[in-house]
Amino acid sequence: MNAADMALKPGEPAGRPVLGGAQAVALHPPGDLAIWVFILAELLAFGVFFASYAITRMHNVALFDEMQLTLDRRAGAINTFLLITASWCVARAVAAIKLDRTRASGRWLLWGMLAGFGFVGVKIFEYHAKLSLGINLATNTFYMFYLSLTFFHFMHVLLGLAILLAVWVKTRRGGYSSADHHGMETGASYWHMVDLVWVVLFPLVYVMR
Amino acid sequence: MNAGRLDFFWLALVAGTAATWGLGESGAAGTAAVLGILAIAALKGTWIVREFMGLRRIKFMWPALVIGWLLVVLAIIAATYWKGQA
Repeated sequence: MNAADMALKPGEPAGRPVLGGAQAVALHPPGDLAIWVFILAELLAFGVFFASYAITRMHNVALFDEMQLTLDRRAGAINTFLLITASWCVARAVAAIKLDRTRASGRWLLWGMLAGFGFVGVKIFEYHAKLSLGINLATNTFYMFYLSLTFFHFMHVLLGLAILLAVWVKTRRGGYSSADHHGMETGASYWHMVDLVWVVLFPLVYVMR
Repeated sequence: MNAGRLDFFWLALVAGTAATWGLGESGAAGTAAVLGILAIAALKGTWIVREFMGLRRIKFMWPALVIGWLLVVLAIIAATYWKGQA
């Protein structure tokens, strides 16, 4: 790699060399490289979970189709909207900090967290409705998958919210700028992964039959 | 990262979600419905990866890994649904 290839865009964090040309291409994804290794590992785990669900359904189509009708599809759709909106807000926060609009970036992060907490509230409502009917992991194969898969994702949402909270606090203290927003991009990348996984989970568990 | 572009893809993602929910509410089932729902999921996932995650202008390997994961998972799901109906 020559010196020209190593040129950095204005405001680009160190360690993200870009290739020359009109459509500059960065070598590394936004944020810390370690979070991307973690994201790929998480995607692999969710991928195995999704494949297990689909293969098990293949052998129990009648049960899965019948039990799917007992889910609150509207709650699932509302939660999809909330996660997509949270992801959009976080992306807008990153865009704002790249322009040194620190206050706007903080506000976008706050809206993103509120949408994320909305997801948590709807999910708790759903879990409460099922548990109060005596439904648990042992009820049947469908509910074993529904509860374990969605709870596994739910834990990732909680971790994502904790990360966003830490990023928001640092943003409020002026810890990020157009020249240094590596940490915000790291947290944002993790949050978008949580959104990406739900985009597969919602149609698979709530809609497809 | 252009704010207007992010807004556009957020609206597109909301429209995709509404379409998926609508297909579920209409009771759509069978191969065509499953393929339609999976196609919407593939589009939505790709938009999240490219636009929100910001992999649109990152060296090929990274978007290929993440979008590749998405497409492999959706292909496995499609295959199991097709076999389950056969």
